[in-house]
Amino acid sequence: MAHELPALPYDYAALEPHVDATTMTIHHTKHHQTYVNNLNGVLDKFPELKDLGIVDLNKAVGTDKLPKDAATIIRNNGGGHYNHSFFWKIMTNPSNTNGPSGEVKAAIESAFGSVDEMQTKFNAAAASRFGSGWAWLGVKADGTLAIESTPNQDNPLMAELSGTAAMTPILGLDVWEHAYYLKYQNRRPEYIAAWWKVVNWEQVADNYAAAKAGTVPV
Amino acid sequence: MTRSISTVKLPDLPYDYGALEPYISGHIMELHHKKHHAAYVANLNKALEQQAEAEAKGDVSKLITLQSAIKFNGGGHINHDIFWTNLIPHKDYQPPSGELKTLIESQWKSLDDFVTTFNAQTAAVQGSGWGWLGYNKTTGRLEIATMANQDPLSVTGLVPLLGVDVWEHAYYLQYKNVRPDYLKAIWSVVNWKNVADRLAAAKK
Repeated sequence: MAHELPALPYDYAALEPHVDATTMTIHHTKHHQTYVNNLNGVLDKFPELKDLGIVDLNKAVGTDKLPKDAATIIRNNGGGHYNHSFFWKIMTNPSNTNGPSGEVKAAIESAFGSVDEMQTKFNAAAASRFGSGWAWLGVKADGTLAIESTPNQDNPLMAELSGTAAMTPILGLDVWEHAYYLKYQNRRPEYIAAWWKVVNWEQVADNYAAAKAGTVPV
Repeated sequence: MTRSISTVKLPDLPYDYGALEPYISGHIMELHHKKHHAAYVANLNKALEQQAEAEAKGDVSKLITLQSAIKFNGGGHINHDIFWTNLIPHKDYQPPSGELKTLIESQWKSLDDFVTTFNAQTAAVQGSGWGWLGYNKTTGRLEIATMANQDPLSVTGLVPLLGVDVWEHAYYLQYKNVRPDYLKAIWSVVNWKNVADRLAAAKK
């Protein structure tokens, strides 16, 4: 079965004024769509990989499960497809966002001291990622939360890449310039600060529960 | 405390922000120069300052942690410094001539074929980076190369002649996700005389 562009869980304008409608439209219908198209294109050439779901495809990056001729295309486009599918779901209309609570809040406080301190560390990771990439909050193998940033369309599922610390992501932020340039231009820190206002903490809590149960949120 | 490297300065553009219209918008040129390049300069100077202090103290650990900031921001400064001179208002555009023209045609048959090849490789840069036309002093030939982020071409041994910035900030406000359209347009404002001057200097 071919990979498909998932529908957004909200209208393109739903994240205004923090993430503008034009950016959401282009980001979803052009950038994410291209990752899906390119991924399907390479899988047509290597149909034996079609049975791996998107999560296992990402986990296979950096291993010899992926044929050499497909490896880079899958890393870039399989990564891009997972990352953006994940990203749309952890955002929501700003009127729906209430901050973390329950178990995920406790885990954040345990790992970072407070939600504020977690955000400070996350913001630093997001702002200091040079070039294109993502910042992540995720669950490590030992069950604790950690923050890291990855370049381009890499993500913490790609544990076999040197330089990537393996985590199951529960929250992520796209800091490619296409994610913010139309509204924020070079002012990435302003984008990062505004983005917290559209974080879907219910989804983050679900992602945390899934990670603790040993599955990867898709 | 004296610095062994003098403070790096943001160069002026050799033309107005709007001079490359309609190929590159004035808004992009202004942000690109006043914000992005200026930030590389400011951050490079800060890193060099801290490097001098660390060196004076013999703090090798600190010197090591400063390496990436110097690479990112130093590369950003070098690359953009070259880039502004590689561009010229369209009304002053001249195609390549002389030795440069001969070299391009001997290696790619025509300027058009060179541009097609260059654009294909440069469009394919993943994430942020640059496409370059470089000169190989050993072989005496031109080479097309791409570099990630702000890695300068010089680390490959090639002499940079012409760079095309494909970080999204270089084109997104005007061309959005359609990087190939930007790559088609930019050739109308390439300063081939500057490229030829750089080639001549490299051959000395």
